[in-house]
Amino acid sequence: MSEALLEVRDLKVHFPTEDGLVKAVDGVSFKVTPGETLGVVGESGSGKSVTFLTVLGLIASRDARIEGQVLFRGQDLLTLPTEEVRSLRGREICMIFQDPLTALNPVHRVGAQVAEVFHAHGNVDKKDAWERAVGLLDLVGIPRPQERARQYPHEFSGGMRQRAMIAMSLALNPDLLIADEPTTALDVTVQAQILDLIDRLKQEFNAAVVIITHDLGVVAEHCDDIMVMYAGKIVEEGERDDIYYRSHHPYTWGLLGSIARLDAPRGRLRPIKGLPPSLIYVPPGCPFSPRCPHVMDVCRTDPPELLPIEGSHASACHLTFAERERIFREEVAAR
Amino acid sequence: MIDVAERAEPAKEERGEPLLRLESIKKYFKITRGVVFQRHIGDVHAVDGVDLEVYPGETVGLVGETGCGKSTLARVVTRLYEPTEGRVMFDGQDITHLKGRELREIRRHAQMIFQDPFASLNPRMPVGSIIGEPFAIHGTVPRNKIKDEVQQLMELVGLNPEHYNRYPHAFSGGQRQRIGVARSLALRPKLIVCDEPVSALDVSIQAQILNLLEDLQEEFNLTYLFIAHDLSVVKHVSDRVAVMYLGKIVEMAPGDTLYLNPKHPYTGALLSAVPIADPKLAAHKKRIILEGDVPSPIDPPSGCRFHPRCPRAQMPTCAAEEPALLPHHPGQIAACHFPLEDRAIIEEV
Repeated sequence: MSEALLEVRDLKVHFPTEDGLVKAVDGVSFKVTPGETLGVVGESGSGKSVTFLTVLGLIASRDARIEGQVLFRGQDLLTLPTEEVRSLRGREICMIFQDPLTALNPVHRVGAQVAEVFHAHGNVDKKDAWERAVGLLDLVGIPRPQERARQYPHEFSGGMRQRAMIAMSLALNPDLLIADEPTTALDVTVQAQILDLIDRLKQEFNAAVVIITHDLGVVAEHCDDIMVMYAGKIVEEGERDDIYYRSHHPYTWGLLGSIARLDAPRGRLRPIKGLPPSLIYVPPGCPFSPRCPHVMDVCRTDPPELLPIEGSHASACHLTFAERERIFREEVAAR
Repeated sequence: MIDVAERAEPAKEERGEPLLRLESIKKYFKITRGVVFQRHIGDVHAVDGVDLEVYPGETVGLVGETGCGKSTLARVVTRLYEPTEGRVMFDGQDITHLKGRELREIRRHAQMIFQDPFASLNPRMPVGSIIGEPFAIHGTVPRNKIKDEVQQLMELVGLNPEHYNRYPHAFSGGQRQRIGVARSLALRPKLIVCDEPVSALDVSIQAQILNLLEDLQEEFNLTYLFIAHDLSVVKHVSDRVAVMYLGKIVEMAPGDTLYLNPKHPYTGALLSAVPIADPKLAAHKKRIILEGDVPSPIDPPSGCRFHPRCPRAQMPTCAAEEPALLPHHPGQIAACHFPLEDRAIIEEV
């Protein structure tokens, strides 16, 4: 395994609110390496987006209590002055947001918005920046880029807008690309194109990629490693096949059981019952215990630790190793 | 025009009369220019000749990309739109041009669940009133019984009846969609048109709603027209799946047939784009990658509408002749001059 590009150590992001302390991220550690894709999976409110907004320095410390370390090439971004983080952002770390319509400025031409990246990060003349922007639109597969660059975001379809966003984030060949639900608002055909595009760019530029999603189905074909988050914590992590074929956490089982699969016969899905917890009143013990079908007494009192299983595969669950293997084999894989 | 019903349905006799029958439905939206003298300069061909039958108790799925006309079709079925041409038969009655009281009577039996649970509930109305409004409009339940009925409905869809007086903002996306389901059930309809009912929800919550819809179908013998862009969700809930492209149905088949042996290259492309939550199986999938976006429905392509994007298109046939919906496997019809072979996308493992 090569040197980690990004290493997050025991990150905590807590927001004090009138109703109480929201523990959005509560002790998360992981690594991202160049040329690999990390999938971050969890429901709404599991802290997956907040984790990466913090990495990008987009959560202001005056609103939140941030603890831990975010090491990018060994440099802690949390202690770096704002201007230096800003110059890293866009040049070396980039984020693609979920909703490309709200992320693009409606009153500027798409080409100008892509070109703006060059202006913001260096001295390029206007014409040069425009031409490079057109080149990028071409790279991400926008037909007739010359013409398209002169249009406004409302003239683009959802998939085209997302391509424009990707073009923008690739402008300066970032080393770390973070895609937050990049395809949730898109049709499946476009989703496949966008994910293929991200894969291709990862290979061409040897970038590290993070894909954040709520759907384990989406990332099956595109991730090397997967990290499953619940209530601000990592509940399971490992290589892709560890998660799909040897999962050791009831929450991951629930996510797998929720997917309507094309290849499965018609039958009942096995959803996770209930709703994700409020992050103010996270249950004591294991945060998943109120929704877990295999809950035991100890789960309600003691929080389980994230313990290694084999290689990089780790899970935070009180069930014994043998029980987890048996339940996965009999109930999850048998479906 | 080919009569779809005659060929495609082997089980027709057993199932009796269709509950819903669409006959060459067209819905065009006018484009005009000018403010005072509005000149008619073109039409958006949102739905362009659709025949479809839905039998009592079954679920028919409708899939297609954004802009293929599936939501417009849903709105024609529930008569929120009046079709430009064609006939809508519901329960043996022609409802194509009904108005006023007669139309309201039909709506008792044909309800709708909408995509966005955030936009489809009035934020200023408590949940009890939202769910109870159909009773108030149709007067099917005496005023003093409405609250009981509503609370029963809430219980039925898995909401806490004590939350009767809460406002929509106090509920999560999945709970709001349950409110939408309860409202659509209030009048005990025969048909429920579900327009992307789960696409705005997290996967774990999607599964809860899909299971709920299935339970309710069993309990009340409901008929669903289920519309979504996600083929895996549609296949999961549907007896038969219709694939729509640019205002037309290009293929229709039972879910398993469609998965194993799609005939239309567009169906193949949709199938190959669906992510499979099994990395090893996914590696056995062949990819048909579609270039470009859906063409504009203002001026749809000649011949087969899919030909500009079709990897199998052969000129001049595909650009000149519009393919007819022809039978393939039992219950399967597809409109393609050069259909795919069996097992073209998913190899046998």
